[in-house]
Amino acid sequence: MALLEIRDLQAEVDGKPILKGINLTINAGEVHAIMGPNGSGKSTLSYVLAGREGYEVTGGEVIYDGKNLFDLEPEERACEGMFLAFQYPVEIPGVAGTTFLRHAINAKRKYHGEEEFDAMEFVRFVRGKAKSLNMSDEMLKRPVNVGFSGGEKKRNETLQMAVLEPKMAILDETDSGLDIDALRIVADGVNALRSEENAMLVITHYQRLLDYVVPDRVHVLAGGRIVRSGDKSLALELEERGYAHLLEDAA
Amino acid sequence: MAEKIKDTTFSGLLTPLVSGTPDSEAAALATLRRAGNSAALEAGLPSRKVEQWKFTNLNAVARLDWSEDSGDSVSPVPASELALEDAFEITLVNGRVQGLDQLKAAAPKGVEVLTLEEAASRSEAGLGELIPLELLPMAALNTARFADGLVLRVAPGAMVDRIIHLRSYSRADGEVAIAHHPRIVLQIGDGARADFVESHDGSGTFLSNPVVEICVGAKAHLGHHKILDEGQDGFHTASGAISIDAAADYDGFVLHLGKGLARNELRVAINGEQVEARVNGAYIGTGTAHIDNTTFIDHVSPKSTSREVYKGVLADTARGVFQGKILVRPDAQQTDGHQLNRALLLSPGAEIDSKPELEIYADDVQCSHGATAGELDEDQLFYLQARGIEKTLARAMLVQAFLTDSVEMIQRDAVRDAFVALLETRLSELFEGRAL
Repeated sequence: MALLEIRDLQAEVDGKPILKGINLTINAGEVHAIMGPNGSGKSTLSYVLAGREGYEVTGGEVIYDGKNLFDLEPEERACEGMFLAFQYPVEIPGVAGTTFLRHAINAKRKYHGEEEFDAMEFVRFVRGKAKSLNMSDEMLKRPVNVGFSGGEKKRNETLQMAVLEPKMAILDETDSGLDIDALRIVADGVNALRSEENAMLVITHYQRLLDYVVPDRVHVLAGGRIVRSGDKSLALELEERGYAHLLEDAA
Repeated sequence: MAEKIKDTTFSGLLTPLVSGTPDSEAAALATLRRAGNSAALEAGLPSRKVEQWKFTNLNAVARLDWSEDSGDSVSPVPASELALEDAFEITLVNGRVQGLDQLKAAAPKGVEVLTLEEAASRSEAGLGELIPLELLPMAALNTARFADGLVLRVAPGAMVDRIIHLRSYSRADGEVAIAHHPRIVLQIGDGARADFVESHDGSGTFLSNPVVEICVGAKAHLGHHKILDEGQDGFHTASGAISIDAAADYDGFVLHLGKGLARNELRVAINGEQVEARVNGAYIGTGTAHIDNTTFIDHVSPKSTSREVYKGVLADTARGVFQGKILVRPDAQQTDGHQLNRALLLSPGAEIDSKPELEIYADDVQCSHGATAGELDEDQLFYLQARGIEKTLARAMLVQAFLTDSVEMIQRDAVRDAFVALLETRLSELFEGRAL
């Protein structure tokens, strides 16, 4: 069953068209990868799906889990199980990581009519997940992402994903800036979340991450459109031959 | 012509205020009061034409018909919202000290409580010494009109663990506008240690015009933390003068939560080497609140450090004023003085006027100042929303983070915790059902 259905999606930023008619269907249980050169619209797609201000939808529609996605506020999308792992996680001085996570999980619980976690329950819930991502209590207590290295920020994104257990996770260049050990920790975290009920959209520049998080489908985004789709072997082909020949074909 | 305008403004308020002084006053007090009288008459009510009062307008004060509370009828005082356990509480109602005899008996070891008259009859009273009447018109008015007050003396070397908590209540709930001018003197002996908290609460139409004079002796430590939490029809015009001796440590903080007009003016003189002075503050302005923090840090002696951070949040049509001057005198070499003022504006109608000033006459110093005003960070907001946190709560979290960061500079744990808790309560009330 289709969990996410993108139909002829068009969007612009500052009046400049970026997405020019994207069609993509992702079923529950699948992992899709989107690859493509810089400026092809990969990050724009992730922000449009997450609902960021300034990314204006000018055409098409997105049906997510039976709902019209653009009827939902960003926080409602999150509570409905959509999760964007940011390419550049934001630093929030003065807000402790634990406070942030507790607000996030309680927002979701409240949205679904469940009782909110108290501080003790929450700590128990989070501690195990943090440990598997090699994150200390001390790291959790620090202000969100403040003073974190690139790898720590990405692990923190993965922790949030583990805690919020999304139905539809969008990973925007989660592999950028990671060394091989950090990449493996993050990939293990991502793989642990794969199930028959949820789906993932992995946006990446390089094939490297896809060695660890093996996709069912690979799409190439160029000039605001998907110019080619294939199975995981497409990623290997791109790694070998680059994007140039595809762009020429598309033109 | 200018003279004439000044006289008109001032005659409406000051004439009733200066007529009649308390009877049978100690000679020293009477002398001080005469000086206050003439300074107040000379200055009048400060108007916007005075540089130091450019952003804060007392015309509304001048228009009202003021009375003073006789002190005979004491209205019941609610429990303080500020939770400070086992504090030595001093209560003022409309500027009158409540239960003087009990206070004297209950004072913590090492603390002496004196009336102004008792202190004035001794030669080392210290009353009025730190106040330049010609520069502080509202302090001059206080000097002309104070009806009550206290002198608190902490003995040299005394370690006063109990927090001294001054609770000032302005109660003008009837038809009458009530003005009061309490006078507090705090003398911290050499090597002593104490924490002094002021909380100001008020309802109705009142003018609370306190003067606090503080001497911090050599190697002493004083925490001086103040909360202003007064109603929208109130006026609070406080003058504080603090003198700090060598190797002493002064930890100052003021938190504004009030809805009326409040000006907290501080003059901090660093009169010795190796002094550490922190002059910090935070404010939340909503509705039509007007919050003015005017500070003057005077580095008289070398090798001392001052830190000043004011952070505020303004919503609706609230207005904030920050005037911060640091003076480094020629002898004050190796001064280390830094000042920062940051304001968050949550509504288009909110306004901040910021005027930092550095005046440096020594050549070997490290000094800086900075001021920023802006809105909440869109990236941070979106990040919180993308994690399911509703926009209003996300805004509240960011505002709280911004202010808590500043309140957490308070050094005494119990005071810091109480201030943070009160701030949290207020912020959640503020954001409850409001799209700020």
